[in-house]
Amino acid sequence: MRVLLPVLILLCALSTAAAQDTKIGDLLIASPWARATPGAAPTGAVYLRIENHGADGDKLVAAATPIADRVMLHTHVVENGVAQMRPVDGIDVAAGATAELKPGGFHIMLMDLHQPLRKSDVFPLTLTFEHAGKVEVQVYVGSVGATGPGN
Amino acid sequence: MRLYRIAVAIGSLCLFAIAAVVYGWYQTEYLGGNPLSAPAIGGPFSLVDDNGNAVTDQTYRGKWLLVYFGYTFCPDACPTTLNAVATALTALGPDAERVQPLFITIDPDRDTPAVMKEYVAAFDSRIVGLTGSPEQIAAAAKAYRVYYQRIGGGSDYTMDHTVLLYIMDPNGRFSGFLSHDQTAEEIVQKLKSLF
Repeated sequence: MRVLLPVLILLCALSTAAAQDTKIGDLLIASPWARATPGAAPTGAVYLRIENHGADGDKLVAAATPIADRVMLHTHVVENGVAQMRPVDGIDVAAGATAELKPGGFHIMLMDLHQPLRKSDVFPLTLTFEHAGKVEVQVYVGSVGATGPGN
Repeated sequence: MRLYRIAVAIGSLCLFAIAAVVYGWYQTEYLGGNPLSAPAIGGPFSLVDDNGNAVTDQTYRGKWLLVYFGYTFCPDACPTTLNAVATALTALGPDAERVQPLFITIDPDRDTPAVMKEYVAAFDSRIVGLTGSPEQIAAAAKAYRVYYQRIGGGSDYTMDHTVLLYIMDPNGRFSGFLSHDQTAEEIVQKLKSLF
């Protein structure tokens, strides 16, 4: 398994590098990415874009991954120079709208990572939507200071 | 009509006077620009560096300090700022010698010197991570007027914390600050304007 895992990760990386968009129903999940984790930090954050091309609103209500013990949906706000991170019960995607999960805003927080996230790793993440149901996406790991997907 | 003009002129003068007073206050109190008064932000601290050595504010005299308070479990704000600082160091080239970035944890329970060292090294090994006892951290945060608060219980807690990047001059005096969304270019520009 120790040998197999890096090989699997590499294969995943090669197969998903070109196609990072996933569809479920009327939802398009685009460019899921995370930053490499610095040092032994056991937390990470996943960012992505959810486009709702349907006539009805939907809501991201949960996420899970085999590489972390717990996954939470968070928002991040800065008020008067103080950063506050708070769990949210879901992230709404109205009909025809796009929800952006990006640094400084909503993110999917990974807690108690089983291993550090290293640049170029790819890992699976299952998203659960209120109406569309569950969908698995592949998350691409960028550099420790990445500000968007693909860097 | 003449009266009206006089009224406008007096009104303008009043506005100018108020603006001047506010600007003066901003310079002396808010930015700590008055060398005769005690620094508004910053001051003595006693902490432990990421090699486990005791350090104080005196340790870094002679260098421009970039001081940021955060914690290593922080998935969003801290990596963004530390990466901007690391990029700024590279962009400064030889001038980076004059700068010492300090990353001070507000979560000393989890952030030991070893954890801090590994964390800052992921960005740039020239950044020094500082930790200490909860009392030492509280004193340092108070000196810098940094707010922090543990949110949630168990092992999953997060920290609310001030995300300003403070600039201290080589004499340890407060020179200014940058907000949380500053870019590396803004850090470089600000430092070069101060050097």
